[in-house]
Order: sequence, then C-alpha cells, then structure tokens
Amino acid sequence: MHDMSAQAHAAHHAPTGFIRKYVFSLDHKVIGKQYYGLAFFAAIIGMILSWIMRVHLGWTNFAIPGLHLLSKNGAPGDILTPEYYLQLMTMHGTIMVFFVLTTAPFAAFGNFFLPIQVGAEDMPFPRFNMMSFWVTFVSFLVMIAAFFVGDGPSLAGWTQYAPLSAVGPAAGPGQGMGEVLWASSIAIFCVGQLLGSLNFITTTLDMRTQGMSLWRMPLTTWAWFITSVMGLTAFAVLMPACILLVLDHVAGTSFFVPSNLVINDQLQPHSGGSTLLWQHLFWFFGHPEVYIAIVPAMGIVSHILMANIRRPLLSHRALIYSMGAIAVLSYMVYGHHMFVSGMNPISSIAFSFPTLVITIPATIIVLIWLGSLYGSKIRLNSACLFSLGMISMFISGGVSGFFLAQPSLDIMLHATYFVVGHFHFVMAVAAMFGIFAGTYFWFPKMYGRMMNETLGKIHFILTFIGAYCIFMPFHYLGMAGNVRRYQAFTDDYLQPLIPVHRFITIAAVATGAVQAIFLYNFIHSRFWGKPAPENPWEATSLEWSTTSPPPFDNFGGKLPVVYHDPYQYGVEGPAGDYVMQTDPTQIQLESDEA
Amino acid sequence: MAKLLAITLIVIAIVSAIPILRHTWWMPEDISTHGHAIDEQMSETMAEAGISFLASQFLLALFIWQYARPRPGEKIKKFPGGAMGLVIAAFLLVGTEVLALGVFGMKAWANVYLAPPAADALPVQVQAGQFAFYFRYPGPDGTFGPLHPDQINEGNENFFGLDTAHDPDSKDDIVTAEMAIPVNREIHLLMHSKDVGHSFFVPQLRVQQDFVPGLDLSLHFTAAKTGRYEIVCTQLCGLGHYNMKAYLTVMSQAEFDDWLKKQAALQ
Repeated sequence: MHDMSAQAHAAHHAPTGFIRKYVFSLDHKVIGKQYYGLAFFAAIIGMILSWIMRVHLGWTNFAIPGLHLLSKNGAPGDILTPEYYLQLMTMHGTIMVFFVLTTAPFAAFGNFFLPIQVGAEDMPFPRFNMMSFWVTFVSFLVMIAAFFVGDGPSLAGWTQYAPLSAVGPAAGPGQGMGEVLWASSIAIFCVGQLLGSLNFITTTLDMRTQGMSLWRMPLTTWAWFITSVMGLTAFAVLMPACILLVLDHVAGTSFFVPSNLVINDQLQPHSGGSTLLWQHLFWFFGHPEVYIAIVPAMGIVSHILMANIRRPLLSHRALIYSMGAIAVLSYMVYGHHMFVSGMNPISSIAFSFPTLVITIPATIIVLIWLGSLYGSKIRLNSACLFSLGMISMFISGGVSGFFLAQPSLDIMLHATYFVVGHFHFVMAVAAMFGIFAGTYFWFPKMYGRMMNETLGKIHFILTFIGAYCIFMPFHYLGMAGNVRRYQAFTDDYLQPLIPVHRFITIAAVATGAVQAIFLYNFIHSRFWGKPAPENPWEATSLEWSTTSPPPFDNFGGKLPVVYHDPYQYGVEGPAGDYVMQTDPTQIQLESDEA
Repeated sequence: MAKLLAITLIVIAIVSAIPILRHTWWMPEDISTHGHAIDEQMSETMAEAGISFLASQFLLALFIWQYARPRPGEKIKKFPGGAMGLVIAAFLLVGTEVLALGVFGMKAWANVYLAPPAADALPVQVQAGQFAFYFRYPGPDGTFGPLHPDQINEGNENFFGLDTAHDPDSKDDIVTAEMAIPVNREIHLLMHSKDVGHSFFVPQLRVQQDFVPGLDLSLHFTAAKTGRYEIVCTQLCGLGHYNMKAYLTVMSQAEFDDWLKKQAALQ
C-alpha cells in the first residue's frame, strides 16, 4: 500500500515557484488550507448576510448604513425590500451549507489530515485534488457573481423548489440570470466534491501505511471516508438535477414545470414537467448533505475529545458502525422533508420510520461520548471546550428531530421556525463547533504556531451562550406557528412574536461580533503565535509524529509504521499517559472495548 | 472554566425548558375535531424529548464539573457496563420511544390524510397564486364548472379562468377572496395552484398542505368553533410570500347560508 503512496508522490516534487507552491499546488496540505481559507471567507459573508436578515426581521424599517452599496434596487434608502430579503436569505443558506459546512469540516480538514493520518505522502490523484479545489472556487465565484447581475441572486431559497426556480424571470426578481448562476454554480460545486470524494476514498483504501489496518484508522479518517462515500452518491444526484434546472431556463425544456401555469395572466409555455421530481432529487441529496456536514464534525469531536479526556472512547467500533448506519439510513429518510408536499400520505409513514430509527445510532454516539467522560481526566483547552459544546448542541438539535420525524406533528411544525432552530443546532452550529474545535486543535500542526488559549476560552463561552440565545427561541416561535422565510410578520397571530425576534437579533449580532476574537486570534497566532512543538496535545495519531507543520512529503522521506490502535490514552507509555501509533513499545491494555 | 461551563449548561437547560413548561409560546388554540390527537402527540413527544434533553445536558454538566478537576495519581475509571450497556440502553430506550411515537403518531396522521372525506362534506375549491388565495363554492347545482387556465384574467376578476358564457356548471359558481365555512360540518378542500408552489396553513385548524402546481390535491377537516382565523402560505412563493394570506371565518350554518347568498349576489 505504502509503495503506491511513494509512487504518487514521486510524480511531484516540492515545488519552489510561488504559483505551484501556493496557488495551483498539488500538495494536499496546501489544498486543505485553500479549502479552509475559502470556507473562512464564505463564513464571513454568510454571517454578514444573516446579520442583515436578522436586523430586518427585528426592525423591518431599520436602515442599515451602506446597504444600498450592495444593491441600489434591493435596498433603497438602506432598507431591504421584501424580494431582496429573500435573495440574501437564499445566498445565506446556499453559502453556509455548500461553501462552509461541506467545505470546512470535510474538504479542508479532510484534505490536510486524512493522508497524514493514514501515513501517506499525498493523495493518489493530486491533480484531481487540485482541480477539486479550483472547481469549487470557480463555483463560489459563479455564486457570488449573482449579486452583481441584473436583478440579483435567486430568491427561491437554498432548496430551490420548482417551479418557482424553474419557470424563469416571470416568477420574481433573481429568477432569471440569478437563478441560472445558482444552478450552474451548484452543478460545478458537485464536480469538485465528486473529485474530492474519489480521492478521499482511494486514499483511505489504498494509501495506508504499514500496520495501518482499517480498524487502526482514527475516527476522523473513518468519518471522512464515510462522508466521501455519501458525497459520491449524493452529489452525483444533485449535479444532474441542477443541470436539468439550467436547461429549463436556457434550453426551453420543462423538466420541473408542468403545463397550464399562469403567471401575470400569461399562460407559461411549458408542459409535461413534475414539480415533485425536483423535491425528490433535491432531498435525495439534501438529507445526506446534513450528515455530510455533521459526520466529519462527529469524527473531529471524538478525535479531539480522546486527546483531552486522556482515555479512548468506550467503544471505537460502535462509533464507526453508528456513523456507517447513519450514512446508510440517510438515503431512506429524505422524505420527511416532504410530508405535506402532496406526496402519497402512505409514503410519509414509510419515510417516518427510518427517520425515527436514525435517532438510535445518533443516540449511541452521544451516549458513548457521555459515558467516556465518566471517570476521565478532562483537559479543558479551547479545542476540548468546543468539542463539549458540539455535544451539547448536537443533543439539543437531536431531540427536536423526534418532532420533525413524525408526519402528524409536521402538520404543525413544517416550514416554521422550529425547523430553522432544529437544523441550525444539529447541522450548522454543531458542525461550526466541530470546525472551531478542529481549528484550535490542529492549528499548531497546520501553521506551526500555537493559538492563544485565553482568547479561545473567551471565544468559546460567549459563542456557546450566544448560540443558545439565538437558536433555542426559534423552537418557541415554531411552536407558535411562526412561518419561516417571511421578511416581516404582518399576520395578527405573528405580531406578538416580534419581541422574540428582536431578542434573537440582538443575540445574533452580539454572537457574530464575538467571532472577531477568533479572527484576531487566528491572524495574530498565524504570524506571532508561540512556535508549536511536534505534539503539543500529547496525542497519539500519526499527524502528531511529524513536524509542525509537516514537511512537503509529510514524514520527511520515511513512511511511518503503525503498531497500535489510534487512541492509546490512559496507559503507561514512555512519554506519559499515552502511546503513539508509531511507538513500537508493547503495552498492556485494559480494554473495555465492546 | 469547568465550573463555569457546567453551571452555564445547567442554566441554559433550565431556562430553555421554562417557556415550554409554562406554554409561554405554544400552539394556538385547537378549533378542529381532529387536532386533539396531534396536540396529545405533541405533548407526549415534548415530554420524551424534554426528558432526554435535560438528562443529557445535566449529565454532560455533571461529568464536566466532576472530571475536569485535577486529580493527580487517580486512574481513569471505567464506565459501569461499558459501551455494550449504552448501546443496549440506546436500542431499548430510544427504540421503544420511537416505535411508540411512530405508531401513535401514525394514527393522528391517518385521521387527517388517509381517511376519506365524508360523503356529505361541503366541497370548497381553493386556488393559490402569487400572492393570494381564492375560493370557489359550487353554487346551487353542487357542481364546479371546468377551469380554463388560458382565460385567467385578474383584471376582469376571472381568477379561476371560468367560462360562464359556455359552461353552464360555472354560471352559479361563487368565487370569493375570503373563506367562510359552517361550524361542525366537514369541509372537503380541493386545492390547486395556478403558478408556483404554495401552502395552506391554518394553525388553529391543525392543517397544513402544500399546493403543488400540476397536481390536484385535497384536504378535509371540521371546525368545531366559530371565529375568524388566518390562512397563511408556508411555501416560499416569491417576493410577496410573507403577505400571502386570507381570512377564514367559521360561522353557524344559518350565517353561512346567508353569507353564501350575499356572495352569490355579488358575482
């Protein structure tokens, strides 16, 4: 296996020119950092969009100074128009889901660490890897371009339900060029993900170093591997769906538009399409996508937790089987997004059961995390804090899943803020906490410098409290029937809920502002942080047995040999209470592996 | 830091639970005959989810409080029962919970979506379009005239595309912008969209159903309490989505007959 790794790497030696080293690099570590940088930038844009939306929801006529610079028509007098609110909302969802939650925990950290954790010098297809990033980058540019064309980006939401998304400019502002750019961007994005997933799968299966059996792979590697299998199948469905959507606009086809639609008293020249077809294709991707965002975070949190509670999880394999079960079930549950869509009501029952069943592997994961904390020796550094925070968020988002899995309750909760609260907790904030945990943990390895722990802890506690203040009240709003995707609340029964929205807005602006601490810490530490030792956390996996940052070929010309399972903590080793995977020392284990 | 985090967690968990226990923000009053099953299901699910939420957050807080203290010399303790105990617990507890919720919830769902409407249910047609609902009652002949989408003309107030000149069934059809229904009588709602996706949601009636362009869908319900309620759109339909609504008035049969007569005179 390791021979192939050497061959792959021999194909490209350490480049010296700026362009080959930092721009069109074939090095998985540089590509990982590029993905991280893209996600970082996208997250800032996504967050600013959410600020604008939140301020507007709290105080509809509030003028945000300078907003007209973004769009003269969309924000005349610096106040959002109803349509521009929806356009920003669509961009917020799209940018966050695709360019942050998919990109950071999976593509960024996965690219950097997966090859190192299996003891490879690089991925087997470095050119595909480079292409995957640059294709994703182009996709991002195409998406952002929508801000600057005609009447702006699409207003159809990140779910892009047909026929609103497919029928053309008559359906509303942004539904012409903005829509074509949206669908094209996502189709391009899928290509990047497919190339990336192929590389991840091949690296995991073919590039492991001597002694690195599948069961000896760290949970992060397992999580990225499982996620890439999901990515390969899910994005392969979304891509053709988006291509068909583009064709409905530019080629006069009617894949998603039925006959006899009348817009502005004009009979639309379409016939024969199906609007539910889009929903099936979209959610066949869309539900696995939730797990594409959260499974890597589960791996990252497990990985970081063990280094900081100084013991292995109660069961390594139960975690892997549970993540695998989630991946398999993720394709059978997507119909719960469509309970009231007009789909056959018996299908709703059929989709309800796997949705309820998927809570079992998710519960196993949470219980194993909790059970592993028992009797452990927790080191509360920033990475560990964000990992514990992720567990709390995942629990909070998980329990609301019980409601949405049931068609009868979906009658009340569908398309309300309850759903918004649920998915923000379980996939967005939980995954973001995973990203933060990963950043604090791996920053020393990625950049060779330590981050400031005090700032990290302040960042954590404020973000943790802030996230709850924002997303918990969403559930209350949903219970009271507050419909989502409204730019203002004019209905009689929604008016009393406006104070709750104002509270959320204040919490969102404050929590967003707190992220400046992270930004400062990141930039300051990148240049002036304390130089990082090889293994600052006394961790065991392979990324800690090479220099910080690792050399171009990861291990300085000699591939590591693996002797142990990945998490030998709480044992008596030569350097302390741990034994590294590369350490040939024989150890006596008191394993409580189930 | 450990104590701060543990206390923060406990405070967050308790503060989060208070509005739920007090029903500070809760589902509006149920005026339907089928809604009690949904409400019971909601309360049961809330109890189970709430207990899971509080227990897990408290446990997390407790372990952080307890095990983040420096305890030099102390060995790592094993969790009693190990992983297998937890896996079995997850299967038993959550398995039973989801099975129970699934089976009971299925009944509440079936009441609304699988049972056919009563033969004497009052048919009302509703058409959703950007950004208004229109309603049609069949008139004395009890029959809806056919729709001609090419004849839809909002300027002439021909919202449904009726051809009253040629279709005798359409002549006595009554088209309104507000919905009125008699109390305690089953309504058979016939739904279609003229342009994009929309949804019909009346929280008090415990009904929500999407309009799907190209599909004729139906919904049936009985209102048990008179009053005036809002019908809102929950499926993103364009720039006026937030403002797409209509009023539903539930009235006595006599009032309803009277109302219908007045509407007929306005056609």
